[in-house]
Amino acid sequence: MNVTHSGTASGFPLRDQGVALRLSRRRRAVSRLIEALCVLATLAGLFLLGSILFTLVSNGIGGMNWTVFTRITAPSGDGGGLLNAIVGTIIQAGLGTLLGTPVGLLVGTYLSEYGRDSKLGEAVRFVSDILLSAPSILIGLFVYRLMVEPAGGYSGWAGVVALAVIVVPIVVRTTEDMLRLVPISLREAAVALGAPRWKAITQICYRAARDGIVTGILLAIARVAGETAPLLFTSLGNLNWSLDMTQPMSSLPVTIYSYASSPFDDWVQLAWVGALLITAGVLALNILARVVLRKRS
Amino acid sequence: MSITMSEQTINAPASQARATQNEPRLAIKNLDFYYGANQALKSISLDLPDCKVTGMIGPSGCGKSTLLRVLNRMYDLYPGQRAEGEVLMDGYNILDKGTDINALRARIGMVFQKPTPFPMSIADNIRFGVKLHERLSKADMDQRVEWALTKAALWDEVKDRLNTSAIGLSGGQQQRLCIARTIATRPEVILLDEPTSALDPISTLKVEELIDELKRDFTIAIITHNMQQAARCADQVAFFYLGEMVEVGTATQIFTAPRQKRTQDYVTGRFG
Repeated sequence: MNVTHSGTASGFPLRDQGVALRLSRRRRAVSRLIEALCVLATLAGLFLLGSILFTLVSNGIGGMNWTVFTRITAPSGDGGGLLNAIVGTIIQAGLGTLLGTPVGLLVGTYLSEYGRDSKLGEAVRFVSDILLSAPSILIGLFVYRLMVEPAGGYSGWAGVVALAVIVVPIVVRTTEDMLRLVPISLREAAVALGAPRWKAITQICYRAARDGIVTGILLAIARVAGETAPLLFTSLGNLNWSLDMTQPMSSLPVTIYSYASSPFDDWVQLAWVGALLITAGVLALNILARVVLRKRS
Repeated sequence: MSITMSEQTINAPASQARATQNEPRLAIKNLDFYYGANQALKSISLDLPDCKVTGMIGPSGCGKSTLLRVLNRMYDLYPGQRAEGEVLMDGYNILDKGTDINALRARIGMVFQKPTPFPMSIADNIRFGVKLHERLSKADMDQRVEWALTKAALWDEVKDRLNTSAIGLSGGQQQRLCIARTIATRPEVILLDEPTSALDPISTLKVEELIDELKRDFTIAIITHNMQQAARCADQVAFFYLGEMVEVGTATQIFTAPRQKRTQDYVTGRFG
């Protein structure tokens, strides 16, 4: 390297053109390498996702017919459907989301708006994050001890509570993250007009963070709609038609779980159909929410 | 309008409490301000005369914004920030613990450096502030929206799209919307923190014309880094340096015959 500091009239150090060229070539090579790795990783992910969807559709679509939606589960060979499981999942995932979302929203709001740097806030955030990654079977066992044992039996309500416990930390995290993205200046502007803090939060911050928070709730629904482990210990499953929340209740994931491992071809086929239904349902919900959100803004 | 600031003054509307027309709208007396242990303002005393524009100039970090944020108690949002001294409005110290801060902010509005439109329609941006303090019929509210937007010189540009999102407006329009939103609550004092620093020259001109128009009805304090703007807009100018108020006088006096050397150095561009 041969950099001279005294060679120019203006006193600027001269640049070694050879070194500059080599550095620039290296920079471009590294850039291309990273870009290639990113594309490769994306393709690998897309391939896996695509093949899962393909397997699901190709195996499930054949068994899709009206009896799936009109008849309840029945012994192999009796031409049963999935009606009780579908309704059970809609009820339990729906009520679980309804129960868990307000709690999650309020906790997330507390973490972002009131307890951002407080000791309590840090503790709550830590516990919520642990809950987020806790194995769902633990949550099932927890609700089993909390509700099933004292009540002396499995019940739809126990399933709802178990799913709600799963919903809470997901909604907490997305609510906090999305509210933190709302600039401080927007809060100050609302407060400067004489708005009490709660109004600034509920009318301005929630609105600014709405899309992200809704996405979080959708993620939570998608997650609990497919949960099996926590329901095994709580709502158990029910082969009969029952809307009684104090009794065991059927659900798609639990039905898939027991049908898929059965020796009967018609049950295995129904398990594929059930899996396809959950996926399609979650997808439809996502699309619907996007369309509604886009229309409103 | 009789928005009251505390229980003591509940039956004394603002107009009656004002002893004479010559009394300043806001009187700052021996104000100290601290960010934790850091003293940001040192013994500031300054009067904001009624229906006049007070320009605040000084290099970055001199305490202008801090002072403005004391006047509507914005610092209350942040623990660890505190003010000592007095800011008198109608003889009442607004720094007192018992002050109804939300009512205070309805009387002392603020517009920020960057436009901060709320993520809602243009009309809803105006309605939001009004609804906090008044219950109006739909007709009255529509009238208020039109009045505020007209005052802020924005009505003609947005009257056909009042229900579209405010986010779609240009930067200059957004800032005028923020001014409209502030005057819609009919404050007595408007605080402007570098309201044109993010705007292009044409929008700046519009906002400056607007300030001239607004001072008929409102008492205004404006922070600016632009000497020409201070000279154009302000009736009185205060120069701040390192947390102190060095000098205050008429705009003409500050820019042509400053008493202090530091003021002269600053207004002639020797530092800052």
